[in-house]
Amino acid sequence: MTLNTSVQKSQATVAPVPKDDSQKRQKRMIADHFDRLARAKEDGRKVVYTFVPGNLTELISAFEMLPVLPEINALQSGMRGKSGGYISEAERAGHSEDVCSYVKCDLGMLKSGNIGPTGKVLPKPDLLLLSYTGCFTFMKWFEILQQEYRCPVVMLHVPYQAEGRITDEMRDYVVQQLISEVIPAMEQVSGRKLDAATLEEKMRLSARAENALVRVWESARHRPSPIDGYFGGVYYIGPIFSAFRGTTDAVLYYEELAAEVEDRIARGEGPTTPDGPLGPERYRLVVEGPPNWTSFNEFWRMFSRERAVIVASTYTRVGGLYDLGFRHSPADPIRSLADYCLGCYTNRSLPSRVDLLEKYIRDYAADGFLINSVKSCNSFSAGQLLILRELEKRTGVPGGFIESDLVDPRYFGRANVENRLQSYLQMLDSRRSSRAAP
Amino acid sequence: MSQNHDLDPAQDVVRRAIALNEENGLAGLKAWKATHPGQLAIGHMPIYVPRPLLEAMNCLPVAVFGGGEKEIVRGDSYFQSYICHIPRSTIELGLAGALADLDGMIFPAICDVIRNLCGMWQMLFPHVYCAYLDVPQNFRPEVGGQFYRRELERISKELVARGTTPWSTRSLRQAIRVENERRAALERLTAIRHREPWRVPASEAYLLTRAGSALFAAEHRNLIEAYLEAIPQRTRCGRDNVRVVLVGAFCEQPPLTLIRNLERAGCDIVEDDLQLGFTYLDGAIDEDSPDPLDALVRAFLEKGTATASRYIGNDEKGAALVRRVRRAGADGVIFAAASFCDPALLDQPMLEAALEKAAIPYTSFKFAESTGQFQVIREQAGAFSDAVRLWEAAP
Repeated sequence: MTLNTSVQKSQATVAPVPKDDSQKRQKRMIADHFDRLARAKEDGRKVVYTFVPGNLTELISAFEMLPVLPEINALQSGMRGKSGGYISEAERAGHSEDVCSYVKCDLGMLKSGNIGPTGKVLPKPDLLLLSYTGCFTFMKWFEILQQEYRCPVVMLHVPYQAEGRITDEMRDYVVQQLISEVIPAMEQVSGRKLDAATLEEKMRLSARAENALVRVWESARHRPSPIDGYFGGVYYIGPIFSAFRGTTDAVLYYEELAAEVEDRIARGEGPTTPDGPLGPERYRLVVEGPPNWTSFNEFWRMFSRERAVIVASTYTRVGGLYDLGFRHSPADPIRSLADYCLGCYTNRSLPSRVDLLEKYIRDYAADGFLINSVKSCNSFSAGQLLILRELEKRTGVPGGFIESDLVDPRYFGRANVENRLQSYLQMLDSRRSSRAAP
Repeated sequence: MSQNHDLDPAQDVVRRAIALNEENGLAGLKAWKATHPGQLAIGHMPIYVPRPLLEAMNCLPVAVFGGGEKEIVRGDSYFQSYICHIPRSTIELGLAGALADLDGMIFPAICDVIRNLCGMWQMLFPHVYCAYLDVPQNFRPEVGGQFYRRELERISKELVARGTTPWSTRSLRQAIRVENERRAALERLTAIRHREPWRVPASEAYLLTRAGSALFAAEHRNLIEAYLEAIPQRTRCGRDNVRVVLVGAFCEQPPLTLIRNLERAGCDIVEDDLQLGFTYLDGAIDEDSPDPLDALVRAFLEKGTATASRYIGNDEKGAALVRRVRRAGADGVIFAAASFCDPALLDQPMLEAALEKAAIPYTSFKFAESTGQFQVIREQAGAFSDAVRLWEAAP
């Protein structure tokens, strides 16, 4: 019997980990959303494809339209073991091996019938909302999709925070585009006028959900941390980064989640992993970069087996940096949406990304930080080796470096990743021992 | 043979262009700095930076195209293997002191790698002026134009704060006029390549164009005009080559040897997007505008070429490539993208689809600026050239 088979067998005999109420609620919410998408055409609802960073969910839903996020479809295809085939399909159609695997996975899925994660066909877009925020590839992605779907595209160009701050010029530019391009395009596609009161109410609900999400993130300051802010964190961001910001469902979910997390703090419990409770926390890490999705649970287990918990991560901030204080505001919704788009993590300069990681390492009392550098994403990856050096210099905390990919299974080298992680954790142990020595 | 070469009427100007291309186009920079105390030399990355604005402020614009075939000693340790080559060789130049005569660097918005390189520059060279030029993707004057104008005003102010003279309406108009003359000279060069490619090999046109990297537009114009005067006297004959448009190398530049290998493989490169910044605008900038900064802004909005870093929907980019091929009288297209170049490689399938629809043959390969092996590329280009000839000959 190979080691793999033995591991699979032993996992098969383990009783399923009981789900929290918030998990069950999230599952229902997402299933309902995909049901709504499946019925969109018969219900006469318009569908908007858009991206996670800089998404305008409140605005989309204020027009009663439904969002589809191709990045999320791609990562779900990765988790379901479908992405390899989809990527091959796109490469056969002429897309380069060198470029983003999310794009190729999405195109391959489209060419294979556009079946969503619940097994139902995703509706075609009525509008492509190209929110060009923090990622150049987004622009090309929707140029390609426009050729496939032949539907209207509206471009929202979000300037980059090269100096690490939002200037009036940037904000004015985004606001002008929202007013003169994006909202008119949505009005035309949806056939209705924007109702200011509806948008304000949605912004109010967003802020409530964001307050609760920040309670969840900041809970990781406790020892032991009650959450895993990366592997667990990607589940927490699901609703707020996709279709649910600005809804009562999101408020209920995040308030329920925050309460569960606070109960775990009261009980002195750590996070739940795919195999149950983590056990005594051994390492506290900060992670930069997106996870690998094709071997997500296996990747998580490499950490959880060592009782390494991720106390903060930057990937979980790509759809909004609420823990730095930003909240959607009903007082001036358009300006607030502009600030939201401008403030997403990948729209921040490299020096300000270093500042943020340094803050996380200090605020969350991390033993180390790890970069998971993904081949597909130059927005994240270009410059990460300098980030590594700079953080080590500033904090004295050792950094580790792992390479993988988002959804291309060819670039997840199991043994390589595990070896690097093991070596890194051994290095942390040895530093601890040398510090403890008299 | 050597006697014939000596008799080439363009020999002197080509030699001058070669000399200007030494040290990655930075050969004359140190001397310029020594003879122009107090004036700033401002480097900029591809693709497009409005050089007339810098000239109007008495700054020398210096196009930086990376380190080419220079050996990388430290730059590789800053980038993963799946990042293109130009940022690592540019970092190498910076760390090795080869860019020490530059008083600043401008990084225009083109892709995520060049964008993040700007942040790396801020961290590695904190005492050097460093600006990110966020060019608009909204092309309406009152929206994207307004934003772009503010970007240009910001950079102007920052440079004045570093000691250069502010631009005036007069100085900017003059800089625009000279830029238009340079552009016109480059257009004449391209027209000859279309008409008589044997007189202007692409490898020579490349050298002539790149020689302007660290020259004021007027000097560059003079150099090109001297070449244009000399080449009609050339007695070379046309060859039975295929005529191709080279697409995709607008940022990281291929080695000159690669271009020569394509020529030796039977391809006359009659048009290309190499060093695209010099020919980014399709036509002249308005010289007579009462507001010359607005003229620069409008030129970018209205005359920017259809390239990968610019958002253009509705198949226009493919249509633009087909028009270029027709205008150049080309037989086909060679896609030559730098490895891991997102803009070029993501665009390519869309452009290929347009070519297929127009029944224009194409082939493609990838390169790195440091590529040293050309045999495979030469064979591929040779096979393409043969196939195109056969295609043409088919009944």
